[in-house]
Amino acid sequence: MTERRTSPIGNRRAVTLRGRPELYTDYATDQAMLNTPAKRAWTALLVVGLLAAPFFLGRDLTSLLTTVFIFGIGAIGLNLVTGYAGQVSLGHAFFVGLGAYTAAFVGNEPTGSLRGLGLELWVWLPLAGLVPAVVGFLVAPIAARVRGLYLAILTLGLVFIGDHVFKEARTFTGGPGVGRRAAAPIVGGLDLSRRQEFFGVTFEGADLFYLLCFVLLLVAAVLARNLARSKAGRAFAAVRDRDIAAEVMGVPLTRTKVLAFTISSFYAGVCGGLLAITYGVIEPASFDLLLSVDFLAMILIGGVATISGSLAGAAFVVLLPRLVQTYAHYVPGISRGSTGDGLLTVFQFEGLLFGALIVAFIVLEPRGLYGLWLRVRNYWKAWPFSY
Amino acid sequence: MEDLLTILVRGVAQGSVYALLAAGFVVIYRATDVVNFAQPALMVLGAYFTALFVRTYEIPFPLAILGSILVVGMIGAACERIALRPMVGEPPFSAAMVTVGVFLVLTIVANRLIGSNVLTVGDPWGLDTAVLAGGVRMRVADGWRIALTAGAFAGVGLFLARSRVGLAMRATSLDQEVALAQGVNVGRMFGLSWAMAGGLAGLAGMMVGSGGQGVDNTTAFVALKALPVIILGGLDSLKGAYIGGLVIGVAEAFTRANSAALTGYVGANVDVVVPYVIMILVLMVRPYGLFGTPEVQRV
Repeated sequence: MTERRTSPIGNRRAVTLRGRPELYTDYATDQAMLNTPAKRAWTALLVVGLLAAPFFLGRDLTSLLTTVFIFGIGAIGLNLVTGYAGQVSLGHAFFVGLGAYTAAFVGNEPTGSLRGLGLELWVWLPLAGLVPAVVGFLVAPIAARVRGLYLAILTLGLVFIGDHVFKEARTFTGGPGVGRRAAAPIVGGLDLSRRQEFFGVTFEGADLFYLLCFVLLLVAAVLARNLARSKAGRAFAAVRDRDIAAEVMGVPLTRTKVLAFTISSFYAGVCGGLLAITYGVIEPASFDLLLSVDFLAMILIGGVATISGSLAGAAFVVLLPRLVQTYAHYVPGISRGSTGDGLLTVFQFEGLLFGALIVAFIVLEPRGLYGLWLRVRNYWKAWPFSY
Repeated sequence: MEDLLTILVRGVAQGSVYALLAAGFVVIYRATDVVNFAQPALMVLGAYFTALFVRTYEIPFPLAILGSILVVGMIGAACERIALRPMVGEPPFSAAMVTVGVFLVLTIVANRLIGSNVLTVGDPWGLDTAVLAGGVRMRVADGWRIALTAGAFAGVGLFLARSRVGLAMRATSLDQEVALAQGVNVGRMFGLSWAMAGGLAGLAGMMVGSGGQGVDNTTAFVALKALPVIILGGLDSLKGAYIGGLVIGVAEAFTRANSAALTGYVGANVDVVVPYVIMILVLMVRPYGLFGTPEVQRV
């Protein structure tokens, strides 16, 4: 604090006002999350816009955006372990599923043969994160032994084993074909998925859940960003870039990998607990390999090792099916129905597009949507000069 | 005893299919350091083209197999040229994700071609069963699976070990830049390895669809069992792929045969999980699989 006061250029704020926004005179400003006025303005605009959005959007779009936020939390989690720490995980869907079932077990009353504890959201949501985190913590030492593609396939095994466990633990999960109802988001007796009245203003259930997910996403994003610029985050990056070199420099390899897996699993679990609510009824088949691939696609399309990229990727992957369904009739040869007479059905076209986009992004712009944004930003930064 | 041998034979036959798929993974991994997740989709395409040649064009079955191997091999090479060639020099994981994208695209193409019904490849064996010495019952299709896989492995092994092109491929897998400096056309070797892997997948597809089993929309996911096989055997070892395939196939067959006894302890259909459990157990002891080459790590 004293250093800042005795800084030769004087007050930090005054320097900014003098029109040199990128002149940093101390480490705190340089390391700040929103280190330029443009970032602060855009973030504020986005936050305010998204807070207001549910009151203007239809119920349908509100729940779609809610799904984006929930997947965003999961994508940030995967980006921490895969993007920042470089440990490719195809097992994310397993942790998401574990979180979903933990939430359903803790949050639901026991019914029939199904067990449950019937607790409220402020209990089941942290537990939905903690249980996968503990499992991740236990699995990670094995995963830390293997590297690269061996690790990817090891974690793929986790999805299949998890799928089996979910199918067989019928008293917790309801088993295949039956499924289990998701836990209700109840806080202090208020059900956030039903219409409620606060201070004379009526909120729709979908809006309340939207706001809950948005706030959770903000917290998750800020915490992850903070982690990424801390000592642990730098250790992650060192392990990703060259694990042997990192070890030589004194980064504890196993501990760093275990930490990355544990935190990532926590995020995945929270994502699962919330995702279950949007699904309504959860089945073991919901958490298969394709969900893992979806998450990987989110961080690859959005941008590896960036938080904003994870969010952009989540938005892209969740909104893509809707966009395709809305605009498919402009593409010739696409039939609307599921068995139609066209060249392809909408669902096949969507899958085709999804696969092609993964390939296109990795080949053409490996930094993903974040990289595209950087290009746009740098163009306007240097405008009217083109270099 | 007879039952035991019958189960063993069935396991070896199933394992042979896995081994054949795994061989495709190994060939590509050795040449390009990429795990090709699109292999299962190529396999389904192999089944489709065999069926197309036999049933629509009424070509004799052995010729149809050769035709489908050729066609799927060309599809493999085309995938490499379009999607994978720009990835040379990129991190292996990015390239692996590209193959996941290729897998999604090819699976949808295959599903569109096959339709919603189960497709049988039109093999002459059907459900025929032969009784071997000692009263062991064996499906004729299983016998062909074992024989063709052994033949394919011998062929690929000999090609890599003896032929001039095989030598160039091994040089490429050892060190791409040095191979380039010695006059090897590295890009062509990449394409060739994908074509070989595609051909092996095409043969495997024929096997999966034969013996009255057929191929449908979900078959591609079954083929993911080749992944524990290559991890078990080691990503870069053909011998490992063969032995790993047989181990996984036999383990699966015995678990399935005893599933009634096991249900009380570990639940039904545990044979689906067994390959992955074996894989994880092996990885805990040997992080590079049974026959894989440990990576030399330098700072």
